[in-house]
Amino acid sequence: MVEVVKGAIDAIFAGLPMVAVVVWTLVKIIAITVPLIVAVAFYTLAERKVIGWMQVRRGPVYIGPLALLQPFADTFKMLFKELILPTNASRFLYFLAPVLSLAPAFAAWAVVPFGEGMALADVNAGLLYLLAMTSMGVYGVILAGWASNSKYAFLGAMRSAAQVVSYEIALGFALVGVLAMSGTLNLGAIVDAQKGDAGLLEWFWLPLLPLFLIYFISGVAETNRAPFDVAEGESEIVAGFHVEYGGAAFAVFFLAEYANMILISFLTTIMFMGGWLSPFPASWGLLGEPGPWWLFGKAAFFMFCFLWFRATFPRYRYDQIMRLGWKVFIPITIVWILVAALIVHADLVQVGA
Amino acid sequence: MTTELALFYAFAAVTVGAALGVITVKNTVHAALLLVLTFFSCACLWLLLRAEFLAIVLVLVYVGAVMVLFLFVVMMLDIKTDSLREGFARYLPVAAVVAGIMLAQMLALIGWNAMLQVPAPESDGATLAGVGNTEWLGRALFTDYILPFEVAAVILTVAIVAAIALTLRRRPGVRHQDPSRQVLVRKEDRLRVVKVATEGKEAGK
Amino acid sequence: MLTWNELLPLVPETFLLGATLLLLIVDLFVSQQRRGLTHFLAIVILVLTAILTARPHPEAQQAFGGMFIRDGFADLLKLGILVTAIAVFVYAKPYLKPRGLFQGEFYVLCLTGVLGMMLMVSAGNLIMIYLGLALLALSSYALVALNRDSPQSSESAMKYFVLGALASGMLLYGMSMLYGATGTLDLSRIHGAAEIARHDQRMLLLFGLVFVVVGLAFKFGAAPFHMWLPDVYQGSPTAVTLFIASAPKIAAFGMAWRLLEGGLASLASDWQGMLAVLALLSLAIGNLVAIAQTNLKRMLAYSTISHVGFLLLGLLAGTKEGYAAAMFYALTYAITTAAAFGMIVLLSRADFEAEEIDDFKGLNQRNGWYAGMMLMVMASLAGVPIWVGFIAKLAVLQAAVPEFLWLAIAGGVFAVIGSFYYLRVIKVMYFDPPASPDPLVVPADVPFRFVLSANSLLLLGLGIASGPLWAWCLAVVPS
Repeated sequence: MVEVVKGAIDAIFAGLPMVAVVVWTLVKIIAITVPLIVAVAFYTLAERKVIGWMQVRRGPVYIGPLALLQPFADTFKMLFKELILPTNASRFLYFLAPVLSLAPAFAAWAVVPFGEGMALADVNAGLLYLLAMTSMGVYGVILAGWASNSKYAFLGAMRSAAQVVSYEIALGFALVGVLAMSGTLNLGAIVDAQKGDAGLLEWFWLPLLPLFLIYFISGVAETNRAPFDVAEGESEIVAGFHVEYGGAAFAVFFLAEYANMILISFLTTIMFMGGWLSPFPASWGLLGEPGPWWLFGKAAFFMFCFLWFRATFPRYRYDQIMRLGWKVFIPITIVWILVAALIVHADLVQVGA
Repeated sequence: MTTELALFYAFAAVTVGAALGVITVKNTVHAALLLVLTFFSCACLWLLLRAEFLAIVLVLVYVGAVMVLFLFVVMMLDIKTDSLREGFARYLPVAAVVAGIMLAQMLALIGWNAMLQVPAPESDGATLAGVGNTEWLGRALFTDYILPFEVAAVILTVAIVAAIALTLRRRPGVRHQDPSRQVLVRKEDRLRVVKVATEGKEAGK
Repeated sequence: MLTWNELLPLVPETFLLGATLLLLIVDLFVSQQRRGLTHFLAIVILVLTAILTARPHPEAQQAFGGMFIRDGFADLLKLGILVTAIAVFVYAKPYLKPRGLFQGEFYVLCLTGVLGMMLMVSAGNLIMIYLGLALLALSSYALVALNRDSPQSSESAMKYFVLGALASGMLLYGMSMLYGATGTLDLSRIHGAAEIARHDQRMLLLFGLVFVVVGLAFKFGAAPFHMWLPDVYQGSPTAVTLFIASAPKIAAFGMAWRLLEGGLASLASDWQGMLAVLALLSLAIGNLVAIAQTNLKRMLAYSTISHVGFLLLGLLAGTKEGYAAAMFYALTYAITTAAAFGMIVLLSRADFEAEEIDDFKGLNQRNGWYAGMMLMVMASLAGVPIWVGFIAKLAVLQAAVPEFLWLAIAGGVFAVIGSFYYLRVIKVMYFDPPASPDPLVVPADVPFRFVLSANSLLLLGLGIASGPLWAWCLAVVPS
């Protein structure tokens, strides 16, 4: 059904001039970003609720039915606050930093496929593009720390820079395993490569189990989330890189962080959990039917994991984080890339069948 | 003028402008950020040439990793640029003349000929082979160019060895703790029981 | 598809690489008291590599589509590099040990440098030339900086690095021009394309050639691109100077030959002129400035510049005899200079560097045997007849005479001027009173004493019986 609609729309626009193509692309971009922003808003609510329940509290309850209006109240509060520029801060970079952290977080969504052929840009080097975009998010953090002219912010930025760069290597290597197994850099084709009769047993999480775990954990570290949130560790450096930010500028950082968490959840799903494929064999009728709802469902689970980690794990010490990244994850990924290559070479896993 | 050409000139202008900025701005952090911009617009230029793999890897490696560490160091070091650019004005004329002569020579020798030639799109190896840019590069790298590729790997290994040899050392005269040795300490190492003769009576006399 | 046969020409290099990496790991588990094991293993590795290199071969082989060329020319140069490196290791030990520099890294970095040199002389492709050079250069930069607590060492490493990077940049820039003009990185194909180049392509090739020659001159240390050389020689630990002053000259010759003769022979008339200027300037600056030096390491640096001038004389002749003469020169110069720095190590002690010429005062009274050995080295460097330095100088001058008579005459004149400062060292050793009357404390290292003496005597031996080596050089240079 989706294809029919998509085909019809494409047919309409095929005959129209260049301007229409641009407009249509813009519409697609808005169709991705607006739900994303709304999702972020409700994700914050979910976070407070979930952590509340886990800690035997109720979380937010007052604003709106089931506190559903709470995110909007928060947003408006943020937007109407005054923007303060700290003394001797670098004005241009201070305001550029939040934008720099938001832009890659949103730009990465361009290649994420939501279903068969449902991506804004179905590019061949999608995987590389994703890596490039996620690697650029750290600039916002570093610049925020430096431009704020504050010791705490600067310390947070330094911690974050070293941490993100270190975990990016493990993250990238984990994806090399996926690349070796699927033989393609195109995200849609990667999901297709996980198709098969056996449902969830065909997905890459099984042959690439260590890489799957490392990818998700590194993703948590990459987004500076608990238990790897030393970049903003409140007990030591107040709030880290965004300690001097308030109001809308802070809201942008907030948005970028949550957008990145959602992105990592989607990517984990796409790379290792079969994307929009059904966990059940195709012979099970409606249950076996692939569709975007599966993608959203699986991603929601990983998004929940982010909150779960935050509620249950104590924060790592900084040297332990570095040790984990360099001395545990990177060697394991390198070994498992070799294993993945051998698996492919020996035809042990049937790709895309 | 096609869109592609217009884009090329736009990105080229940004690249050149940012590169100039790198060597002229006063603030080192700004200079490093302009270098990031230079790399990024270079990557865009490569994308226009359909070298998508190189373009994205440039962003991934140089923008995403190398320059982050670079910024890291620049921010930590607090470099005084005034002393660095002392001779700038003095050497500028000489440098400008040398650069001008070199530019003129290059233009005279290759510039005009090359400007008139239109690069043939079919000379692109990936298009010829009928595969994606990334795949084609991968095949070339691991078949025809495997030897240089491996030698490059050796160079990187040597770089690691060199970096460790030059930095990992115990600086003399600096106090530091060694937790494992602290844990291993025994009572005999620290505590000495000495018998001392009592001398109370004599003292009281 | 890659086959084992294709890897056969690379056996020595592959062995060297594998063994070096193994040594790196073995060294981790060796305690400082037993570091001599690393030293021993490093020498064993070099000896085995030399045996693998010298094993009987078919005439010439290519691997990886012409990227790697194994021929008699490469084999002889590689043997020269390996033998020099063995001598370097033996001489370095008594210097490194009392200074806390006796580390596995020294050996590993030297071995990777040797690997880089071996790749350089076997390169059949611009990429391979550059990568070999980069491997050598990177190892050398780190070696020069190895003594982190010495500000001089760090300073000279910085100079070496910046100027070396500049030189590599020049070389790469020139190579990119060659690629732009011919559309290939393969040297034999560049050779072919250069012969049939149109006028505009030829201009582009010339433009690239200028940068290539400048890059080569930087790496050789030929004037006017020599300014880094004295500072680096003086600032680095003597053991490292020993390494970077000896074997890399052989590799630089091999690289220059591959590039100029192998790739750009049809532009010979152009690069001959450039090399002539470089050779003349090197001879003049090297010999004249060396006279004013009081520091022996610095004096040897300027003497290197002048020797590079002689080497270029042979290279620029562009004939079979000329190349053979330059090759002979490079090989004999490398072992001579190794012995010269070995003598500095001999005199140095834990808290004393023995770099000044004055430190050699009255050496004859303190130890007659080693004064005699130093006499051999200096006489050979000066080019006194019956020592090998004379034969080498004679050969390059002979090669240059037919086409570059004036240059050969200038070379002869500067050789005579240059002999002054070598003879001064001999005079200081034999006719000046020693600063302290105590006999010389010679390092107790038996291999060190033996190899140093043998090396010095070899200079005389090769001078008397230069025939075989000369014939070998002549045989491996393709006509």
